[in-house]
Formats: sequence, structure tokens, C-alpha cells
Amino acid sequence: MSIYINKDTKIITQGITGKTGQFHTEKCIEYANGKNCFVAGVNPKKAGEKIFDVPIYASVKEAAAQTGATVSVIYVPPAGAADAIWEAVEADLDLAICITEGIPVRDMLVVRNKMKAKEAAGGKKTLLLGPNCPGLITPDEVKIGIMPGHIHKKGRIGVVSRSGTLTYEAVAQLTELGLGQSSAVGIGGDPINGLKHIDVMQAFNDDPDTDAVIMIGEIGGPDEAEAARWVKDHMKKPVVGFIAGVTAPAGKRMGHAGALISGGEDTADAKLAIMEECGFTVTRNPSEMGKLLKSLL
Amino acid sequence: MKIHEYQAKEVLRKYGVVTPRGIHCTSVEDAVKAAEQLGGKIWVVKAQIHAGGRGKGGGVKVAKSLDEVRQYASQILGMQLITHQTGPEGQKVRNLLIEEGADIQHEYYVAALTDRATQKVAIMASSEGGMDIEEVAHNTPEKIIKVFVDPLVGLTDAQATELATGIGMPAGSVAQAVDTLKKLYTCYMETDASLAEINPLIHEGNGTVKALDAKFNFDANALYRHPEIVAYRDLDEEDADEIEASKFDLAYISLDGNIGCLVNGAGLAMATMDTIKLFGAEPANFLDVGGGATTEKVTEAFKIMLKNPKVKGILVNIFGGIMKCDTIATGVVTAAREVKLSVPLVVRMKGTNEDLGKKILAESGLPIISADTMAEAATKIAAAVQ
Repeated sequence: MSIYINKDTKIITQGITGKTGQFHTEKCIEYANGKNCFVAGVNPKKAGEKIFDVPIYASVKEAAAQTGATVSVIYVPPAGAADAIWEAVEADLDLAICITEGIPVRDMLVVRNKMKAKEAAGGKKTLLLGPNCPGLITPDEVKIGIMPGHIHKKGRIGVVSRSGTLTYEAVAQLTELGLGQSSAVGIGGDPINGLKHIDVMQAFNDDPDTDAVIMIGEIGGPDEAEAARWVKDHMKKPVVGFIAGVTAPAGKRMGHAGALISGGEDTADAKLAIMEECGFTVTRNPSEMGKLLKSLL
Repeated sequence: MKIHEYQAKEVLRKYGVVTPRGIHCTSVEDAVKAAEQLGGKIWVVKAQIHAGGRGKGGGVKVAKSLDEVRQYASQILGMQLITHQTGPEGQKVRNLLIEEGADIQHEYYVAALTDRATQKVAIMASSEGGMDIEEVAHNTPEKIIKVFVDPLVGLTDAQATELATGIGMPAGSVAQAVDTLKKLYTCYMETDASLAEINPLIHEGNGTVKALDAKFNFDANALYRHPEIVAYRDLDEEDADEIEASKFDLAYISLDGNIGCLVNGAGLAMATMDTIKLFGAEPANFLDVGGGATTEKVTEAFKIMLKNPKVKGILVNIFGGIMKCDTIATGVVTAAREVKLSVPLVVRMKGTNEDLGKKILAESGLPIISADTMAEAATKIAAAVQ
């Protein structure tokens, strides 16, 4: 098994005709069962056409109705990306994965609050992964996003990270040690996003085919600390943790007022300390993530 | 993106927030003329730099005559103003704001910012204005009040009143304070700000509520729809190397160490910096070449890193995904030749076309040290610069 996606997932690509969308859709189709998974694209101006043999529909709703797809991946440029997310939500999909980098924070604030209002009113809950993320992969089944497929190997370790290349780093270390992955999830680096570390940790905990997890975080925000506290009380599987940014200069990324609100727990050192307290096996050496995880099995 | 105080006040005035009358100047003569034009008997001469703590650093003076305006303006203009936010070298003052005096009865703090945890806009307020809000948060956190605003609803009267009365605004000023808070929120949203801070917000003897100082940061992702904000950009206030890097779409931040590092991906770049430190050296910069690095981009990245005289060695760490290791290797070899690299260079490459990339480096004839892991790369570069 795996989390969120598997070889039977049916996927819509929003922004399939753009340069980035085309490039990555082709790679995703080539990977494992991708040919059967990527069933639709969306572009109102090119409805009725095909690309890589994938039919293009005018809207997400229509694409979902025609193909039975329940997941969408979004490569739409920043100015229209939040609207694309909302279109996926309005179509009642299970999961929308937004790869797009550079979406204005206000647009994400508005769409996230619209999503919450829809759920509060009893509407269907659509999970959002990202934005500004590499996507997610269940090795040898399906890859949705921009990660290099060939570094992955099917197995029983979960990986979750905010950073794309750091996810690849962890995955490659595991694969080199002969440890495959159940799923690898990039939740993205934006301040206002969908699924957080805590959500993905819960999913890995519930997945009978995941034995252990590598959780990678970064400076800024309260998410890792929140996930760590949840892990302490609920997680039944060993977790290796790493936080990037011990040497990052303060205030370069986010003003002090932001740190203030999160209660000053957003430095790398503070997060590492909380994770350690909560039973993670933490390392300050990112080259050791895989080895450390192997030692816990 | 940051802007100056005088620009921040222009933005606030556009939204109807009351500020003291003031004039922006760049010369002593203009400063005196500005004071004459403003009239009155008391003026404030304020250094305009993109850093806080200007008062403590001697960048804000109250003048009681036109002669004093002249005296303070000539002292402040051109000085290297050192504050806790500028670093030890300080920031050169090129701009002044001459303002009319204010009848300060009490100083408050108000700010709008985006809260990641609740995914709402937080409006913070405190009775303890005019000082460093971090200090207030640390020493007397109970004196900071926050409300969280749903962007679909906006700041409600009830929330704004809770803030205004909570910070002890006198009854006669509550209505204007509520109005000011609502305008601050609207301004924050409409300009795509990431921080809008008024510190201090004051009330005067006649009850008027005024923004005496203001600070804005704007969301870089949203600048494309705000040409009016982009026009406020002051390149003199930004790091020259960071500006140069941004022209090539490179994310660069200079640091204090001696190991330049070039990495793809922000998370991996930070992890590389951390590893350099873990193995006994110090990173000289953060540099993310992004997902689509070309030979030109890598060459520019090398040039920018090497401009820093402290750099004694370079570590390149690439995880080839979409970007192929051989592309990067070619870029590194070209760049090393073009800049006539004279410091040790360690390259760690992983991922797509790794072997081809390593071969290109090995056959280049350049003294490039190869490494398999980040830890090995950091150990080797630390040893090489010893």
C-alpha cells in the first residue's frame, strides 16, 4: 500500500499544455503505471484535442465526470494557480497537487479560507498538497510531480519534506542502502499551504505498508513542532528527523513579527530540540538520514 | 520587498490613515526648505534607511529651530547609521524625512501580518508602542493582543474595537483607532503586504490618532500586480551582490564565512551550509541556482561568489533531477576556466547522469576535488582551505 495515491489513481493535469506541464506530464506518463493513471488534461481553449494521447477537457468538472479522475496536478502559472486549485476543489476531487512556485500569499490565503468554508458548510473536503512542491510518488506505481523517478525504489519507508531536492537526497540515500519507499511526499515551501507534516505523518502511521519515516523540515513556521508533538503521542513507527537552516541568517526569510506569532519555535535549533524531546532520532548531518533510519529498523 | 518610512506613510495616507505632515528630501538645503514649508516650531529630522532602531542609532532628531534642522540634517545625511538591524558596518543615509512635530500622549503598537498556523491575517496591537516589539513579546507577552481575520470576512468592527479598547485607547479616540485598524487591514490586503506595522501609533491631546512611524514588507510573489509598489524600490538599500544575482534568477544571500557554496534547491542549499559548519568551516553564502541552471547561470554564480574576498574555497552540491549532472559539470568547468578559479573547488554530484558529470569534471584537467556525499564534500573543502 501507500499513502494518497497508487497505481489505480486517475489523474487530471491542469496546465497540461504549458511548457512545464507538458514536460513533466510526459515523464509522469513514462513512469510505472503512469500511462493508465494520467487520464485527462484541462484547457478551455483546447478542449477536444489530445496531448500525449491524453484527452483535453474544458474544465476540471467535465474531466472528472468523463474519466472518473479523483486527483489533479496543477502546473498553471502563478497568477492563475489559486483559481486552478479552487476549480479542483469545486469539482469535489479527493486531492489537488499544486506544483506551481511563486503564487501570491494573499491568493493562497483566500483559497485556503474558501476551502475551509466549503468544508464547514458540509461540502466535500479536497486535500491540497503544495503549492511550490515537487509532488508525491509511490515508487513503481505512480509519480505525480517533478521528482526524478529513477532514484526511487519500492519499499516500506515514508519520506516527507518541505524541500524538493532534500527529499531526493533522502530518497537516494535510502535507495543506496537498499531501503525502498512506500511513498515520498513533498509538501512544499510556501507559508500558506495545504497538507502539513502532521497530516502526512498521520497518513504514514495509518499505512500498514510503511515501517518508518524520514521527516525533513526547514526554518520558519510552527509545522514541524506541531507534527513532533503529535508523533510523541500517537506515532507507532520510528522517525528520523532533520531540519535545514541551522546556519541560515535570522530575518532574511521572514520578519521577526512572523517568528513572534509562532512563539519563537521556528529556528532550526528549536525545532530539532522539540523533535528530539518528542522521540525522533534527529541528526544535524543530512548525509546520515538514510543510515540513521536503517539503524532503527 | 522593503520600502522607506516616508513611502510607507504615503501608502497609509492613500488608505486614509492619518500621519504627520512630512516631506522627503535628499539634501540639507531641501531639508531646511521643507521645514519652512511645513511651518510650526518643532520638526523631526528622520534618517530613511531600510532598518529599524534608527532613533537609538542617532538617526532621528527633534529640531526646535530651522538652524537645528540644518544642523541635524547635515549630521544625519551621509552618515553610516548603525542599528541592531544594519550589521556593524551600518547603512549610509541618503534620504531624510522632515516632519512636523506631534503632541504625543501615548504610544501604541499595531501591525498586520499573515499567520501561517491559522492561515488568517493576524492583527497585533499593544499598549507598549515606540519600542522594540520583540522586547515587549519577551518581557510582557500579556501586553500584546492578537485577533485573527478571515480574509473572506475582513476585520470586523467587533475585532477592531476589541483591539482599540484592549490597548487602552481613550474613549474619545476609540472610534478613530477602529477606523485606522480597518484601513490598515484593507491596505495590507490590497497592496499584498507581508508585514504592515505602525510603531508607534499615537493619540494626541485633542484625541487624534496618528501613525508616527510605519514599516512595510511586500510579498515578492505579488509584485507583478503592483507597479506602484515596485516604483518604491531603492536599490541603494539592498545588497549589490544579491541584486546582481537576482538578475540571473539566482537566489543569493551573503554570509560571513569563507566557503562559497552553489546548490540546487533552497532546502538542499541550507542543508549544505549546515554541513559545512558541522565539519568545521563556515559558509560564505546561500546560493540556490534553481531547477533550470544553464552554463551561463553557473558562470554568473561563480563570479558572484568570488566577488566576496573572504571566499577561500567553493563547494558545489547538485542533486540532478530534471537538471542533469553533465549540464552542471559543463557549466562548472566553463565557469572555472572563465573566472580563472584560484581557490579549491569541491564538487559533489548525485542523480541524473551522475557518471557522465563526474567524467566531464575528471577529464577537464582542472584541479577539481570530487566527493560522493555532502559530508565528504564538506570535510574535503574544510581541509583544503586550512
